[in-house]
Amino acid sequence: MSQTERKIRVLIAKPGLDGHDRGAKVVARALRDAGMEVIYTGLRQTPEMIAEAALQEDVDVVGLSVLSGAHMALAPRVIELLEANGQDHVKVFLGGIIPDEDVGKLKEIGVARIYGPGTLTDEIVGDIRKGVLEEVAR
Amino acid sequence: MASVREVLSGDRLSLARLLSQIENDTIEGRAALSELFPHTGNAHLIGVTGAPGTGKSSLVNQLAHHFRHPPESIPPRRVAIVAVDPSSPFSGGAVLGDRVRMRDLAGDPGIFIRSMASRGSLGGLARTTSGVVQAFDAAGFEIILIETVGAGQAEVDIARLAHTTLVVEAPGLGDDIQAIKAGILEIADILVINKADRTGVENTERALRTMLDLAHPIQRVYRHHGSLEVVPSSIAESPQEESVWIPPIQKTIALDGTGVQELGDQIARHKAHLEKTGEWESRGRTRLQAELDNLLQNTLVNRWRDSLSPERYQEIFEQLIERNLSPRQAVDALLNGGPRR
Repeated sequence: MSQTERKIRVLIAKPGLDGHDRGAKVVARALRDAGMEVIYTGLRQTPEMIAEAALQEDVDVVGLSVLSGAHMALAPRVIELLEANGQDHVKVFLGGIIPDEDVGKLKEIGVARIYGPGTLTDEIVGDIRKGVLEEVAR
Repeated sequence: MASVREVLSGDRLSLARLLSQIENDTIEGRAALSELFPHTGNAHLIGVTGAPGTGKSSLVNQLAHHFRHPPESIPPRRVAIVAVDPSSPFSGGAVLGDRVRMRDLAGDPGIFIRSMASRGSLGGLARTTSGVVQAFDAAGFEIILIETVGAGQAEVDIARLAHTTLVVEAPGLGDDIQAIKAGILEIADILVINKADRTGVENTERALRTMLDLAHPIQRVYRHHGSLEVVPSSIAESPQEESVWIPPIQKTIALDGTGVQELGDQIARHKAHLEKTGEWESRGRTRLQAELDNLLQNTLVNRWRDSLSPERYQEIFEQLIERNLSPRQAVDALLNGGPRR
């Protein structure tokens, strides 16, 4: 086994107040099975907690799961904090119930991908691999 | 190397990135570790191990909180946490979930939590955990809590790495035969019975106490003509009584913090004991020797493998499959046949 293998590290977090973490867990499990290292932080995380964990864990990707409808407040705040910490390279993926009219605005502020109900986990795995591999080595 | 200076000056992003370099065992990571090494040797390394589900992460959370908010007269210490969880043997991926229990620690700049996957290592830690710990040590963290993979009976690497090893038990996990088996209980400097509000805690305590009495007989009780006669052992009589550390048993309830203060006191007592008896240095020596030997072995194996042609290896391997060679003979053939390019 190569000693210098580089693992993709992903933070899966649930910001905000809804308690539905099934989707987040399914995605965490799928990413694990795809060979990634998933740091799972659990429910009711503030954007500050998420950005702090992303920094300490030096992740490549942050996956947010929001089903509370507060995504327009939470996602931009997470991105803002990541940038303030010097982690501009971290890709932010968002999953949950996101109305179509919000999608354009979220992509504009830097959300890489948005996944609604029924998304295949293979699609997420593929997107993350592509997103991270395309990132220029820092 | 720029990042080393930044790590030493306390820059958290540089530290986080360096930890990845160390974990991935890159050239940069190795070089940085060598530069940081003279700055290591100051932290108190505390290992926390035990079976899955005994509450290790919750206890680490409480302990970190304890060291950050100590009773008056003791200054708060900077705390790093290294939490190791297993990698899948099939995909190589991992779900690292220890942070879920550590949410109380968020927002404190005196705390740095890093999750690690074991990446195929079997001793309860990852191969690069000691490197990560050295980086935290050099970066000025005074307490480093190292949480192992949920360990069964033989994952004892932590005892070689840590100054103080806590073995966490919980009621209802095994009878007293488990307690006299070799392995994980033997490495405990402090035995913790977590979830002490559960039924069966007396049984767990009794089993552990019996095990300790067998290992460290302070006084022996003999049955003498039907009455009990207490015979003090040589240890208790000897003037160096204090040079023998008998692992205390501490009951805790990590969910509400019961017993954590006392556990913190036991840890401080153990550190004082190590320093007084010279064991602090001797454990350091043992740790560095193990690290040197491991590194030497890995490097030699890799160097030899690099010089071996894959065809030669395959040729010998086929003979092994055909049962023309035993595994031992195959090794002899590979080594004595000389590595060919």
